[in-house]
Amino acid sequence: MLAESLFFSAVLFTIGVVGVLTRRNAIIVFMCVELMLNAVNLTFIAFAQIYGVAGQIFVFFVMTVAAAEAAVGLAIIIALFRHRHTVNLQDINVLKG
Amino acid sequence: MPHGSLPLLYIFLFYLFGLIAILSALLFVTRRSPVAAALWLVNTMFCLAALYVMLDAQFIGAIQVLVYAGAIMVVFLFVIMLLNLGHPRELADARGLGWKVVAGAVGLGLLAQVFAVTRTHVATQIRLPAGYTADQIALRGAIAPIAGPLFHQYLLAFELTSMLLLAAIVGAVVLAKRGDARVG
Repeated sequence: MLAESLFFSAVLFTIGVVGVLTRRNAIIVFMCVELMLNAVNLTFIAFAQIYGVAGQIFVFFVMTVAAAEAAVGLAIIIALFRHRHTVNLQDINVLKG
Repeated sequence: MPHGSLPLLYIFLFYLFGLIAILSALLFVTRRSPVAAALWLVNTMFCLAALYVMLDAQFIGAIQVLVYAGAIMVVFLFVIMLLNLGHPRELADARGLGWKVVAGAVGLGLLAQVFAVTRTHVATQIRLPAGYTADQIALRGAIAPIAGPLFHQYLLAFELTSMLLLAAIVGAVVLAKRGDARVG
């Protein structure tokens, strides 16, 4: 089932990329990044079945990093919301100049 | 996964869960309300957990449900409710037509690229014998084959990850703390 897994993974990753590019809500953009991480995890698992268990251990680490990223990222969003009272990425343009 | 040719039910369920995952992901990207989007994403993650179990990664499937669908998405939903995101101004967040065209082009390019990669030949020398992972699980259980290398070969990475989590906890508390955030 390697080819099918890679197909599903590719489609899910692409949906995540399109979501990041088309949405302006910071939290939804963030969730799209999580979707992309999940798609990559599916690739790891599919290859782990054929090439050994190291792929599953990588997924383990990816999940840990995703958890850390979610904690810090959402804290940043909360801090940002306190300042600007919005999570719309178009209104957060201090660095744009 | 059973040895030899796969039973029809297995293939059917694999495609079913994969298609539900993709459908949920599409609904997730197109929903306007963040709560509905988050719930569709949870559905995608459950389907991915089912796919992991079918691909001989039972432990990772359980972790996917516990950590991703359980913990991470709950944090997301909690933040959505904490910030009370529901104004029409917040909901109308889709970018303009230009961005959509760009996103579609990037998506198609990416998809073509990934399909080109999947068509290449993968090395056969390092390939495990068919059904090896399933045999290992039958012999040693679902967790032992992962735990062994994790605590020997990858021990340094494991310890570094724990440091990363600690740093993330401290960072999240400092960032989200009231009071000091107003200084900047």
